Amino acid sequence: MNKAADRGAKAHGSIAPHEEGAVRFNAVTKRFGETTALDDVSMSIRQGEFMTLLGPSGCGKTTLLNLAAGFLGPDTGEILIAGQRMNDVPTYKREIGMMFQNYALFPHMNVAGNVAYGLKVRGVAKQERDRRVEAVLALVRLAGFEDRTPRQLSGGQQQRVALARALVINPTVLLLDEPFSALDKNLRASMQVELREIQRKLNVTTIFVTHDQGEALSLSDRVAVMSEGRIRQLGTPEQIYRQPWDRFVASFVGDTNILRGRLDAIEGTSAVIAVGVARVNVPYGPLTDVAASASVDLFVRPEHLVLAEASQSCATSGTIAAHVYQGGYVDTYIECSDSLRDRLLVRSGGHETMARWPVGSLVGISITTGEGVAFAHI
Amino acid sequence: MPRSNYQRLLGLIGKLAVLLILGFLVLPAAVVTIAAFNDRAILSFPPQAWSWRWFAKAIAYQDFRDGFRNGLIVTAWSSTIALVIGAMFAFALHRYQFRFRKTLEAVLLSPLVIPHFTVGLGFLILAAQIGWNRSYAVVIACHVVLVLPFVLRSVYVSLRNLDQSYERAAASLGASPLRVLATITLPLLIPGLVSGWLFAAMLSFNEFTASLFVTAQRTQTLPVAMYNYVREFADPSMAALSVMYIAATAALIVFANAYLGLGKVLNIEQSR
Repeated sequence: MNKAADRGAKAHGSIAPHEEGAVRFNAVTKRFGETTALDDVSMSIRQGEFMTLLGPSGCGKTTLLNLAAGFLGPDTGEILIAGQRMNDVPTYKREIGMMFQNYALFPHMNVAGNVAYGLKVRGVAKQERDRRVEAVLALVRLAGFEDRTPRQLSGGQQQRVALARALVINPTVLLLDEPFSALDKNLRASMQVELREIQRKLNVTTIFVTHDQGEALSLSDRVAVMSEGRIRQLGTPEQIYRQPWDRFVASFVGDTNILRGRLDAIEGTSAVIAVGVARVNVPYGPLTDVAASASVDLFVRPEHLVLAEASQSCATSGTIAAHVYQGGYVDTYIECSDSLRDRLLVRSGGHETMARWPVGSLVGISITTGEGVAFAHI
Repeated sequence: MPRSNYQRLLGLIGKLAVLLILGFLVLPAAVVTIAAFNDRAILSFPPQAWSWRWFAKAIAYQDFRDGFRNGLIVTAWSSTIALVIGAMFAFALHRYQFRFRKTLEAVLLSPLVIPHFTVGLGFLILAAQIGWNRSYAVVIACHVVLVLPFVLRSVYVSLRNLDQSYERAAASLGASPLRVLATITLPLLIPGLVSGWLFAAMLSFNEFTASLFVTAQRTQTLPVAMYNYVREFADPSMAALSVMYIAATAALIVFANAYLGLGKVLNIEQSR
């Protein structure tokens, strides 16, 4: 399937924990009554890796996180942390750090009390405790906030306290359950950068759950795209974005257009798709069942389409429906008969696009790169 | 304009109706309060002369003093016992799935639908059988049964409103289940526990019907003492006592509102 899984399988048994994967899920299945939340999921996460579980709500990502935390137990399969089987180990003995969606800061304790909680429970002496609380609060840039109560903090500050509380115990794994969803957009971006810096500095293995594909692409070492209790694709953000394995991944991650195309030729591991006069190279993998010159759905990113004069020989053409000015770029929506999903979206850099092709004008559309993927038409 | 006149008339009628209803609500308390300050020795209305002497008499009357003391003893014990039992059952009902869960819940809440005199009569017969009919124990036991459903509800609602992630966070930080209970769950439940206790205490202190059956002369609570008094005398010291009752309850509510939030205490708001 993929390299990580192969390596994990080979290493099972005697090799050092970091070789084996800091966290491993082996054929994990979890049902809730009639619904299958996780269906035979296997995954290996490396030491220090930032792994994101990405998918729509109900895809099983949170269930997988709760299994790692020990809030739930799997029906079948096993969970390993640092090489130890965790199935029957209760949460409080797992040495995990977790950040919750609402942060779950203890409202009856101040910042220092919250952060020190995990140390107190472990019987760390007062002096050592104070020293470590101070150090971790400095790390999250909250020095001097010890005596505040959670209610006196802003959303971003609360999040930092939650992170400090999870990190101070030096957890084997850091589990993050949509921690950014409650923050506004600007704060979210800066918190993401900060979290990633701290995570790199401490080299702590991290599992991050989100439904936000932008977040997943920008933060992760690897992303597991999930849907209906299965991992649809596991790879680096670039692989996920540029070489999606199936229709679900292609349409869930990033904006995409679906164009009507035709399987024109097969050249080794790649196939050539014809859209009008244009030819696009795509991986042949997903098309092995498609007959030559059968119609296929070509997935193209909006930044890989450009507008051109309608008279030129283009891939396709259409009528401008709307321009949406986004500051750094312009999103142009086009009525096009070759588009299989609503309107075509073209993303262009300059705002001269808006002046050159007013709404209602006829334009040609070219495909600029060989980048794209195609799947059998359904 | 006719339309606007019509609307003005409607508005006036509406205001009048609200005033009437509010007046009706406070009418009994107002009548009793005025009667309490009546100088004459009969419960009459409206009074001709004013005096504090019925307050002095009510406070000095030995049966009322004993009744007040007995009431405090019974209330303190029954609310506390009901709180402990109710909290444990609330935990069990909220946290665990087991056979007969629904049945258990129904049994625990059943005193709500059983008339108080039935409960009182039952305890009277039982107490007579085992020779406990002159003890505090039977009064307290009876009150525990009567207030338990209210405590149970109060704690149960607080538990349901308690965000699960606090306990999960504590567990993830290495706290054993017992430690989570002691350092996270119970401290966060304090408003619910206090409100349950307070609610139980008010009910128990005011309870009359069942108390009439299970109290003896030595153990009679204040409402029973008042009933016995009014059977023989009809002077305004009863009214004076009522005014003190109202004042004390109002003070308690003001206190609860200031320090705990009345909404939370009565579980009107869904506290977070």
